[in-house]
Amino acid sequence: MSRDVITAVDLKKHFLTKAGTVRAADGVTFSIRENETLGLVGESGSGKSTVAYTVMGIYKATSGKLTFKGKDITIDSDHRPKQLKKDIQIVFQDPGSSLNPRLSIRQILDLPIKVHNIADKKNRDNRILELLEMVELPPDYMYKYPRAIGGGERQMVAIARALATDPSFIVLDEPTSALDVSVQAKIINLLLQLQKELNLTYLFITHDLSLMRNMATRVAIMYLGKICEIAPTAEFFKNPRHPYTQMLLSSIPVVSEDEESLKPKKIISQGEIPSPVDVPPGCSFHQRCPKCMDICSRVDPVTVQIGDGHEVRCHLYS
Amino acid sequence: MASAKERTKERVRINRKDKLKRAWYKFRKNPLSIVGAVITLLVICLAIFAPFLSPYPEHAGSFVNFSEASKAPSLSHLFGTDAFGRDILSRTFFGFRLSLLMGIVVIALTAPVGITLGLIAGYKNGTWIETLIMRITDIFVAVPPLVLALAVCSILKPNIFNAMMAVSLMWWPWYCRLVYGIATSIRNEFYVQAAEITGASKAYIIFREMLPNCFGPVFTKISLDMGWVILIGSALSFVGLGAQPPTPDLGTMVADGGKYLPDQWWIAIFPALAIMLVVFGFNILGDGVRDMLEVEDV
Amino acid sequence: MADRVLDIQDLQVNFDVYGGTLKVLNGVNFHLDEGEKVGLVGETGCGKTTTAKSICKILPVPPSRISGGKILFKGKDILEMNKKEMRQVHATGISMIFQDPTASLNPVFTIGDQLMEAIKYSSLAEGLSRAEIREKAVHALKEVSLPDPERILENYPIQLSGGMRQRICIAMALATQSQLMIADEPTTSLDVTIQDQVLRLLGELVLEKDTSTILISHSLGIVREWTQRVYVMYAGSMVETAHTKDLFAEPLHPYTKGLMDAIPKLTGKGIAQGIEGRIPNYLHPPSGCRFHPRCPKKMPVCSAENPPFFNMGDDHYVACFLYKEQN
Repeated sequence: MSRDVITAVDLKKHFLTKAGTVRAADGVTFSIRENETLGLVGESGSGKSTVAYTVMGIYKATSGKLTFKGKDITIDSDHRPKQLKKDIQIVFQDPGSSLNPRLSIRQILDLPIKVHNIADKKNRDNRILELLEMVELPPDYMYKYPRAIGGGERQMVAIARALATDPSFIVLDEPTSALDVSVQAKIINLLLQLQKELNLTYLFITHDLSLMRNMATRVAIMYLGKICEIAPTAEFFKNPRHPYTQMLLSSIPVVSEDEESLKPKKIISQGEIPSPVDVPPGCSFHQRCPKCMDICSRVDPVTVQIGDGHEVRCHLYS
Repeated sequence: MASAKERTKERVRINRKDKLKRAWYKFRKNPLSIVGAVITLLVICLAIFAPFLSPYPEHAGSFVNFSEASKAPSLSHLFGTDAFGRDILSRTFFGFRLSLLMGIVVIALTAPVGITLGLIAGYKNGTWIETLIMRITDIFVAVPPLVLALAVCSILKPNIFNAMMAVSLMWWPWYCRLVYGIATSIRNEFYVQAAEITGASKAYIIFREMLPNCFGPVFTKISLDMGWVILIGSALSFVGLGAQPPTPDLGTMVADGGKYLPDQWWIAIFPALAIMLVVFGFNILGDGVRDMLEVEDV
Repeated sequence: MADRVLDIQDLQVNFDVYGGTLKVLNGVNFHLDEGEKVGLVGETGCGKTTTAKSICKILPVPPSRISGGKILFKGKDILEMNKKEMRQVHATGISMIFQDPTASLNPVFTIGDQLMEAIKYSSLAEGLSRAEIREKAVHALKEVSLPDPERILENYPIQLSGGMRQRICIAMALATQSQLMIADEPTTSLDVTIQDQVLRLLGELVLEKDTSTILISHSLGIVREWTQRVYVMYAGSMVETAHTKDLFAEPLHPYTKGLMDAIPKLTGKGIAQGIEGRIPNYLHPPSGCRFHPRCPKKMPVCSAENPPFFNMGDDHYVACFLYKEQN
């Protein structure tokens, strides 16, 4: 039984603003096992990026438990030990701003190597060339600047940067959302290959469910700071239970008849996504839910197990 | 594999050449920028080579020849002579020296200080450090610049060194504010966060990640500032708080020549035109520098 | 036989930049009949937005240059029109919805100000009073299912959500009763569930008002659900066009096929490798067919000549020498 790399129990991250408390992540519980890819899906305001950044230490958790290989990581990045920073890395969403436009790729990749003493002065360039080879970029990209290369290639440099410290866990925050489909394919395949070769564990965030279907081993769907449903991938897509999951799955634009038949019955989405400052009482989804019952507007549902590794948070099942 | 060092050197050389070509293309798009560059270069040459280029270099020091005093512009004295018989053209060339010196010294003092404080304040966004730095900056900015310089100069002995100190004192906040604005906007960019997550030191983040992104506006400001500092320096000399006689300073020359207007107009007008030329040249050059440093997306 | 609203013939657009000329549009051929919903699909940098902006004549004229071709709007060449005629076209002929609703709405004016201004300029001929314009504005907002339109007229864009802003942009585009509407990636910045709502709404309104629409997108899925005919664009020209059903059932061009393969499918069978290489450098585009350096099926003729559209029957055209024989 492979051990858990990340565990989160009732993790909360709230932001205090003039408009009120933003409950970005509001009691999130999940675990990620070694070598698996947990997919986190949600729309804007769902809190998926917040969860990712809290895991990374960009945000300090407001409350709850968060551990990495057994050690507590609710502390923020400034106070984390170096070894921890080496072991957890992140690939950001926007390749345009995740690489410093004023630094060459060589300088960008040099930083993590220098900070963590991965290679001594003589061998740094060799290590950089190794990294470029790993992401299938030609060696002379070392001297280029980010604006001279395309978005997909920039993202590959970002991946190379994440791999530079030889991590065991990588957070991928919508790594291909800003890219074209043909480039996305290349990067996803690269990520899957690297996962096998280097024994990596991924937390993969995206809003693209079709991509998730092919990338994740387990999928969790979030709405307004809470996880609605979590299940192994195949099960998640075959038997979605939560009404929000069904709504989302039925809205995906697909390109073939085969896929159409796999989608759940069409649920027409109504209403706007509420702001996380103004979370509706009871179940946060009840105002848009086609199966809303009386209890839903009063009581917040708890998560229950309904199958092998399949959990839902909905009054229909509790 | 050919030595990595050699390949780096070669590639850096190619990159640099291409960068320069591109920069020149952007610069020369506006013909006025070339005019600015020519004027600035001319002034710099005249300043540096003043002893060789001026027809009467000795007139720049203590020199008196009342037989030639207050002569109108002629072939032997293109700008005429002043009340002491000194050739105004030569003194103007030497005057450029002082003007440029003031500009260089002031900027060399204020830019590093202002930039560093601005970066620190921007990086420490939301903390007491930022508040402290920016409120001090606000205090200096609130005082009208010339008033501050005048106040400082009148307390200290009036000479060109103290004038430079006075101008520096009220100049640094503007660099601080400029860089602070840029720093706060890039503080939360992903690449800065990526560096923090990796564990880079604060000094690295401030000077290696954030500073290069400020170069564009900073260098533009520096080229525009040369003109402004010279103007303010001349203003101080005009009221007697800068260079003292017989040192040829453009501001002092205008002040002295003012008494002889409008009959011996050349004593005041030519130095004034010289100031105007220098300031104009640097301003236009500044525009060109700004065009050149614009980052374009191909 | 429906009227041809838009007919682009062999459009060529260049951009003058440092280093030379970017030959962006390389002979674009496109047509749209009255009442049709046509999709334009392509990846970043293929020239779809340039094409859209050329139709509306809003490309910045230096550095861009229209170096050839015609754009016939209802029979008249837009490129030959003077300013007055063009203004008329802008007012009542063509309207456009841009990708980012936040950038399309002026943050310092109320929704009411902007919407009423659009209506005013589109109906100058009718000489409506302010009250009548306001009424039209309220009606337009009701049509896009916005609750409490009177209050929204007083709101500023920042007070509304992304989906609502996009709906307002749609209202503005449709309120002018234009004959042609170009929607450039109207839902890219929206969430999936909101995207669904907005597209559904757009479909209903377009049907009701019989507006001819061009939907530009990089998402093949959206185009499949929404359009009747599709054009696939690559590196400045159309490579394939067909009725939507036919294109998705049987894509012919190697680029179209590569694109369809690269899309992750709900069936979960993994993702294909994608397409080798990068989009070409427009300064020095490849000779002949611009796709040939990346094409798995390239032949010697591909680098020599640029393939024309070959007619595969039933309105299905492919610009690929593989299909020359079946023409």
